[in-house]
This record gives sequence, structure tokens and C-alpha cells, in this order.
Amino acid sequence: MSDLRNDPLIGISGYGVYMPVYRIKIEDIAKAWGDDPDTIKNGLLVYEITVKGRDEDQITVAVEAARNALKRAPEVDPKGIGAVYIGSESKPYAVKPSSTVVAAALGLELGVRGADYEFACKGGSEGIISIIAQVKAGMIKYGLAIGADCSQSWPGDVLEYTASSGGAAFIIGVKNNDSVAYFEGTYSVMSDTADFWRRDGVEFPRHTGRFTGKPAYFDHIIKAAEGLMNELNLKPSDFNYIVPHQPNGKFPIRVAKMLGFKIEQVEPGLVTPWTGNFYSGSALTGLCKALDNAEPGERILVVTFGSGAGADAFSIVVQDAIKRKRDLAPKVEDLINKRKVYVDYGVYARLWNKIKV
Amino acid sequence: MSSPRSPRIWQLKDIRYRLLGVECNKCNKRFLGKRLVCPSCGSRDLKIVELSRTGKIYSYTVVHTPPRGRENYGPYIIAIIELDDGARATGEVVDVDPSEVEIGMKVEMVFRRIGEEDRAGIIYYGYKFRPIL
Repeated sequence: MSDLRNDPLIGISGYGVYMPVYRIKIEDIAKAWGDDPDTIKNGLLVYEITVKGRDEDQITVAVEAARNALKRAPEVDPKGIGAVYIGSESKPYAVKPSSTVVAAALGLELGVRGADYEFACKGGSEGIISIIAQVKAGMIKYGLAIGADCSQSWPGDVLEYTASSGGAAFIIGVKNNDSVAYFEGTYSVMSDTADFWRRDGVEFPRHTGRFTGKPAYFDHIIKAAEGLMNELNLKPSDFNYIVPHQPNGKFPIRVAKMLGFKIEQVEPGLVTPWTGNFYSGSALTGLCKALDNAEPGERILVVTFGSGAGADAFSIVVQDAIKRKRDLAPKVEDLINKRKVYVDYGVYARLWNKIKV
Repeated sequence: MSSPRSPRIWQLKDIRYRLLGVECNKCNKRFLGKRLVCPSCGSRDLKIVELSRTGKIYSYTVVHTPPRGRENYGPYIIAIIELDDGARATGEVVDVDPSEVEIGMKVEMVFRRIGEEDRAGIIYYGYKFRPIL
């Protein structure tokens, strides 16, 4: 547990999201495998997912999300960014940092450190915690934390209905009048729970079906959220929004209810029904959607989850600057709705290089 | 095993990642890439700048028969983009169907893969363009 309510307070200077324009509907995936689409849609509460273009990967997603975050932080000189951390489980290189490419694309090379974090779907929030700590310690002025994935799935696996591509980025520094929000505290839990994994050299991950639910997703998110609320002496009614990790549309609603939150508190941060699961970028994109619509003074509970397993909870309070900054870059709903190109399963398989010739 | 193209890709990264170019201090014209002499007035008084990331399509063609190594990419659009600061860049236009692209279409830079050495080799990244959201 880290109570962050002591000086210096740590704020979010800018946030940005990116998702590809391509979409595939659940009906088209179900048709390819002989599944009933209504059963899938009702079971997972997912209607369509994003699909990476043939020239996109976790690095390109991260760069675009970071550039959108910089658009919302015009007061930040990129050369003042002292650390770049990317959380992902779909790095294009097994050995070579993605963070170096992202930093170079942003013009950051001197006086900056970086690394790639992997903790299934919560590598991005691990980056946020590292940046918070370094800013609070005075080691860096600003840091960039990104959660980005082009999520992999075996052809025909149920994961194909949710695994998608996208990510979110945050520029974090000492709280000031330009901060759109600040952190009140963070609480993490971790256990050796093998619910989802991908072995070295294997192309797609394997999971344990229903075991990914109660002992993994629900147990860790509930413990992290309750641990944070206990430490900060807050209760569900003190929060305007809860944004849990979103492996599908149903789990975040169910875990929110289990924690004592109302449906109205979880819906504003829901993205997976219309985008699929961005893995490391999932809950963080939900946070951005909540910020797109939040009012100053409102409080957000974000809880990321990574299989394997662990969860990071954050309490975040929105600031006045959100009003003048939210329109400086595309909002999440704009990215979801403004331009999309639907593909069928054949094109989807080609874009993902699932057709071996 | 060596990666012979890595040094060349490394040399080009500022241009490809950030649209780095030069501006002539004499005639004020801008050009993509690092240059020693202004192609317009011949001056050697140049400064390095980041070019505008938005512009419009000046001309384009659609490649239906991709070269080896890009078989999975066709058909794709190659265009000359007139950037808002007057410089021109040649690159691929993505996220749009070839039947919808047109001269004068407003576009913005986007960071994408532009190739790879081979399955075990380095990945090339750089600028492409897409219609403005």
C-alpha cells in the first residue's frame, strides 16, 4: 500500500488512447467456427473487437497513444520526460526493448531511462507505479507510462472473441494546475496463480477457462480494491467511477457489484463491449474514457489485473484542467465510433498472419 | 548471423520516426531528410527541423502487384504528401480503401511498420499517412 496524499502530490498531465480502425463483429468470428453468436455476445457482453492493421504492432500502438497523451500535455517539454515504461505481453521482439523505439519516435534519447514491463494485462499499471515513485522521489520531472497490446489468441479459441489491439498512455508529474487528475493512493496484490500463460517461443497463449474467473480475476481485483479502500478509509459510495480490468464486458460489471458498486459507477469506464480486450491497455483505456466525461472533484477507482496473477488499485481524483484538456486529443468514444472498417474472418486471419502459406 | 541493414535503418530513424528535415535560412523552404545544400536556392545555411505531421495528398498511385517481401500488403497506396509547411514526403497511405483515396485528401502522419528484414531480422518502423480522424 502506498498512501500518496502527502506532498508532493503526483498528477496526470496528459493521457491518450489509440486503437486501430479495423473491426470484426462477433457474428463473423462465430460464423467461421460454427458458434452461436448470440450465446457468445450474451455470455461475454462483447459485440465487436478492434483488429490491428497488417503494419501495426504493440510498438506502433504505444507510439500513437503516447503522441495523443502529449497532445493533452502541451505544457510538458518532451525533453523533460525522464522515463518511459511500456507494459505489454505482445512485444514484437523477444529481446530488444520496445521502449527505445517509442522514446526515439518521441525524440527522447538523452537523459531518459526505460524498460518493458510484462505482467500479463497489468504491465502498464506497473509502469505507472514506477513513474509515480520516481517523480515523488524527485528523480525525474515527468515520466511516460504506456499499456499497449496487440493481443494474441489461438484460432478457434474463445479468446478470439475478445483479444484485440489498442493502448493508453499517461504523462505523470508533480501535481499542478495543469494536472487533469492526481493519485491518492495505490494498493497491489500478487499470488502464484497460473490462469493464463504463454511459454517462450509459443505463438499463442493458453488459459484455464473458468479458472481464470474466481481464483484469479475476481479474487485479486476484490483484494486490491478493498485493500486500497480500507487504507484510504473510503467506501464505494465515495467513488463516482470504478474501472476494473475488462477481459470481457461481463466480468467488470460483476466484480463492481461484488464490491458494492452500482452499475452507474462502472458503465462510464466500460470499453470492452465495443473494442475487445486491450490486455495491458484495457483498464487504462477505461480510465481514459472515464476521464473524457468526468467532472473536476470526481473520484475514480481503477483496478488493473494481470494473469499469473496480480492486481493494482489506484484512487484518482479529477482536477479542473480536465475541462480544457480533454478535447486536445481524440476521445475514446471518438476512436470507437468515428472511423471504423469492418473486416470478415478471412481478412482478420490475414491481418493477424494466422494463415500459414 | 549478422543484421547488415541495421546500421542503415539506424541512420534513417530520425527521418522516418519524426519526419525530420531541413529548413533553408535563406529561402525558408523545407525539405524531408538531412541535407547539406538547399535544393531550391543552393544555400548551405540550413537548420534541422521537425516537419509538419499533417498535409494533403498531392498525388498517389495504387500498387496492385507488390514486390517480393510485401506480398501480404497489396493493394496499397503510395502517395506524395504536401505537408502543411510546404515540404513533400512520399509514403504509404493507410486506413483507407484505395477506392476512397483522392488528391487533396487531408492526412496526418502515423507511426507504422514499414518493413522487416526477415522473420528473425530487425523490424523497420517509420512514417505513413492516414486520413485525419
